[in-house]
Amino acid sequence: MTSAPTDAATTGSHASGQGEDLLVVTDLQKHFPIRRGLLQRQVGAVQAVDGMSFSVRKGETLSLVGESGCGKTTTGRMLTRLLEPTGGKILFEGRDITHISAGKMRPLRRDVQMIFQDPYGSLNPRHTVGTIVGAPFRLQNVKTEHGTKKAVQDLLELVGLSPEHYNRYPHEFSGGQRQRIGIARALALKPKLIVADEPVSALDVSIQAQVINLLEDLQDELGLTYVTIAHDLSVVRHMSDRVAVMYLGKMVEIADRTPLYERPMHPYTVALMSAVPIPDTGRRTKRDRIRLEGDVPSPINPPSACRFHTRCWKAQEICSTVEPPFAELAPGHCVACHFPENLIDLPMPTVHAHSPASPQD
Amino acid sequence: MSTNATPRSTVPRDRPGPTPAGPFLQVRDLRVHFPTDDGVVKSVDGLSFNVERGQTLGIVGESGSGKSVTSLSIMGLHPPGTAEISGQVVLNDDNLIGASPEHVRRLRGKNMAMIFQDPLSAMHPYYTVGHQIIEAYRIHNRVSKQVARKHAIDLLDRVGIPQPGSRVDDYPHQFSGGMRQRAMIAMALSCDPELLIADEPTTALDVTVQAQILDLIRDLQQEFNSAVIIITHDLGVVAELADDILVMYAGRCVEYASAHEIFTQPRHPYTWGLLGSMPRLDRERTERLKPIPGAPPSLINVPNGCPFHPRCAYAQLTGGASETQLPELVETSPRHFLACHLSAQDRQRVWDNDIKPSL
Repeated sequence: MTSAPTDAATTGSHASGQGEDLLVVTDLQKHFPIRRGLLQRQVGAVQAVDGMSFSVRKGETLSLVGESGCGKTTTGRMLTRLLEPTGGKILFEGRDITHISAGKMRPLRRDVQMIFQDPYGSLNPRHTVGTIVGAPFRLQNVKTEHGTKKAVQDLLELVGLSPEHYNRYPHEFSGGQRQRIGIARALALKPKLIVADEPVSALDVSIQAQVINLLEDLQDELGLTYVTIAHDLSVVRHMSDRVAVMYLGKMVEIADRTPLYERPMHPYTVALMSAVPIPDTGRRTKRDRIRLEGDVPSPINPPSACRFHTRCWKAQEICSTVEPPFAELAPGHCVACHFPENLIDLPMPTVHAHSPASPQD
Repeated sequence: MSTNATPRSTVPRDRPGPTPAGPFLQVRDLRVHFPTDDGVVKSVDGLSFNVERGQTLGIVGESGSGKSVTSLSIMGLHPPGTAEISGQVVLNDDNLIGASPEHVRRLRGKNMAMIFQDPLSAMHPYYTVGHQIIEAYRIHNRVSKQVARKHAIDLLDRVGIPQPGSRVDDYPHQFSGGMRQRAMIAMALSCDPELLIADEPTTALDVTVQAQILDLIRDLQQEFNSAVIIITHDLGVVAELADDILVMYAGRCVEYASAHEIFTQPRHPYTWGLLGSMPRLDRERTERLKPIPGAPPSLINVPNGCPFHPRCAYAQLTGGASETQLPELVETSPRHFLACHLSAQDRQRVWDNDIKPSL
């Protein structure tokens, strides 16, 4: 069950050799106990995350993608220590934060912030925008040069809201504006790392683009590092430098954006990509979509060895007996599969009609 | 706008089935207004379209554009006294607006059925999935419980539920999200409805499951030759399914044409904006997305003139008309309806220079 903690975290980061690691995660696990009976004995566990290893470089955007229930949100919540990991290790700037206490974590909260998915549920309806965005300053006892109000108003301007919104309540704003308030709050203490859990999935298409552009501008301006959690593969391609694909609590593939989208190696990634509806009527017949049968199995009792073998069209006997190693099959491109796709060692024609990958990707 | 807009002429279709005088479903100048303390919310304000059997219409728009309100009015699901509905919804030569609730109730399930966005809240948690399918089937068909149960199992099998014989006795919470959505499709199809309305049928689902459900809707439509209305904000989904697309903005239709034309020759600036603002996997990655500025208007205070003009990059080309006059929905070319003040030359120029190269 516990996969060998490979050196994937480090191998992954050698890829382009630029930037140092801000966050290093090794063999991270989260098992939620299932308790039954009078004595609430533990009878099993939901293996929400079961051995994730990756690293995040300063200034990059790493996206976690996967279907619902694959553990991407749980991973995000462990990175911000909103959840206590069951096993593994999280190093933030070289410091082990896996099990540090809430009190010791508090100063670190300045550096690690979170943007939540639901712009309706993540803002207190009884607080004004000024109170919400100013809360980090109060909680951390941060004194700003011209007072908290000025700082909050600057933040509101930064995210494209008007400083006059200071005294308004969340219900007076649209979904896109609320998401901006959430972003302003996350930015208040100039964090180094922002974990954004589905930051745009609750928004309309036209607003989604505004918020994506805002997040990118802020990254350039403030040198932020993002870990985004998303399920929309088109949005992920647009936002990310690197992408990690998760399936049932495990990482199955991680690579730089361009190689991942042009030469996905894990069959699951290939299937995910082929399932994305393309807004072009001419493609309706031409595409050969890979249809995955059935649903994601239960993480209480996941399939043996390779967890994808029950739905994989390439599965053979070895897939249900031997867990595939998470190996670097191309520079910076790690895959856990016995029979990877697109496995060619040298420059190859790309799948889509794209220009060749630029080296800095 | 469209009080006198003629929905496009009925296209002759070589499909079996009865051919009544008019189109199978005809919506004419539908208006749904909700009186509130703050003013009248004009959720739908003059909407007209046709759907034939065997055909799929996609209705696209942002939240609050009136898509779902339209579908609920067709189904007669607005509670009495909440909405002021006017216009015509003619299903098989039968006007549903103004018909008695009892009459519409008898049509519901048998002649028209709906797939809702959220299957967990659309199903009753207290009854088994099978019970809920059987109930609908027995209301419209005089059959014994055994026959109805057999029918429910067949349907669950048809929509791809594994072991339908035992899952029929499961409760909704025992199903996964994708299975619940399938079960709801089975429920909607239990009486072979002639009109199927799917309101955001895949929004709550993962892409792999979404692909399965879209395939399923397409297969079932071919099998039953139903008319399908699919309501969504995802242009990718309508591109997969729809024959015609109707783009809504602030309760009105701004563009209505075949799906192929909407994707290859869109004419309304809002449609351009929608197509331009989403990242696409089938295109090279761009450095920046081009969002539509601003936010959709409140339906209590719809801007004067063209409701889209405050967000439209080309409004100044109309010489002020877009700020004062409501554009009519006119047929700019065969089967392509458009509500926009831009002159044909300006539109062509903008399309050639700005839009087409970047789409």
